[in-house]
Amino acid sequence: MKPADFRYARPATLDEALTLMAGEGEIAALAGGQSLMPMMNFRIAQPEVLVDLNAVADLAGVTEMDGTVRIGAMTRYSDLARHDVLARLPLVARALPHVAHPSIRNRGTLGGSLALADPAAELPAVALALGAKVHLASTHGTRSVAADDFFQGLYETDRAEDELVTAIDLPAATAQETYGFHEVARRHGDYAMAGVALTRRDDGLRIAFFSVSDRPVRAKAAETVLRDDPTKLDLAIEALDEIDFTGDLNGGPDMKRHLAGVVLRRAWAEVLA
Amino acid sequence: MTTHDITITINGEAITATVPARRNLVDFIRQEAGLTGSHVGCEHGVCGACTVEVNGTPVRGCLMLAVQADGAHVTTVEGLADTGRGHRLRAAFQTHNALQCGFCTPGMLASALEYVEGGGTADRTAIREHISGNYCRCTGYQAIVDAIVEVIETGEGA
Repeated sequence: MKPADFRYARPATLDEALTLMAGEGEIAALAGGQSLMPMMNFRIAQPEVLVDLNAVADLAGVTEMDGTVRIGAMTRYSDLARHDVLARLPLVARALPHVAHPSIRNRGTLGGSLALADPAAELPAVALALGAKVHLASTHGTRSVAADDFFQGLYETDRAEDELVTAIDLPAATAQETYGFHEVARRHGDYAMAGVALTRRDDGLRIAFFSVSDRPVRAKAAETVLRDDPTKLDLAIEALDEIDFTGDLNGGPDMKRHLAGVVLRRAWAEVLA
Repeated sequence: MTTHDITITINGEAITATVPARRNLVDFIRQEAGLTGSHVGCEHGVCGACTVEVNGTPVRGCLMLAVQADGAHVTTVEGLADTGRGHRLRAAFQTHNALQCGFCTPGMLASALEYVEGGGTADRTAIREHISGNYCRCTGYQAIVDAIVEVIETGEGA
């Protein structure tokens, strides 16, 4: 249960990090390490080069401009949890206590979670529910991708191998915005058996599930039902058939289908409350 | 094998060693510093037995590389014993039988200290949530929560 040998680099700037990411061989970026290190200890992951981003100061921190909150990729969960900006990100504030355990949150980062795209992780679904924008950089330049297009499969994202997630943009909550979040887990802080994050604004309703499929997924048919009539919850739950439910160690697709209805019912009660 | 020359200050003592890149922090503490109070359990961040403080923040010693802690200050359970910090928690653990085999205790104390020193309340649910990342297979947690509640309700500090 020790990782295989690798070369280790700790760049101090983003440019240095991007140059290292563009090198030869199998290269992995090390953010908080709370998922990558277990995978390396299990030898599921055996990178040849580890690019440690923890000394790249530019990647951490929070800025706000014109109703948009930009969170640096290396911002740790526990730093975000203590940040004043959470008053403008109530859904993030609601979800953060469910992300693993305190000593994991002391290391784990927002960008690491998005780049890994674990289907059971909370923040990717929160990013979807908020219509987030993911910023990426490589030696070829920078670009940004909507969260809707970023998550592409099991641990698969739109990020190219030589790219780094540098930041994520989230819309600050408006006065009219309501939100809901619910997950079921065997033990508080464990991976969810199923969960949902949703936001309702003037310009629409976004519902994103996690731990029910191979990636965080929107439920667009259910969104349409509930946007047209907030009382039609049973119909919205029926409409969840649109999701490609996949099983995991906790249970099969049928159980995920059932739990998706359960968590939507509970989260929707928060929205209406 | 890729190696690095690093120095980590553990409980106030600087330890310099040449280590493989793949050496994790808790193994460094146990093997290079000879401090075996920090335990190695699951080695994938689930059990919490290896929890130590790095620059004042509790982290998983199995999920951080020793080379990442180059230049850092680490506090282990031995360091708590040396300085007396957390002595009320340790006494309460003893009084309440909050340990039996003791394997989880060093990590449990690190998490409990973060909670108490961070101004945590005596709310049992909040305490359970805070120590949720530390497995104990002996006590059923009840006695651990009792001990933390007592420390919070009966005085200042941990």
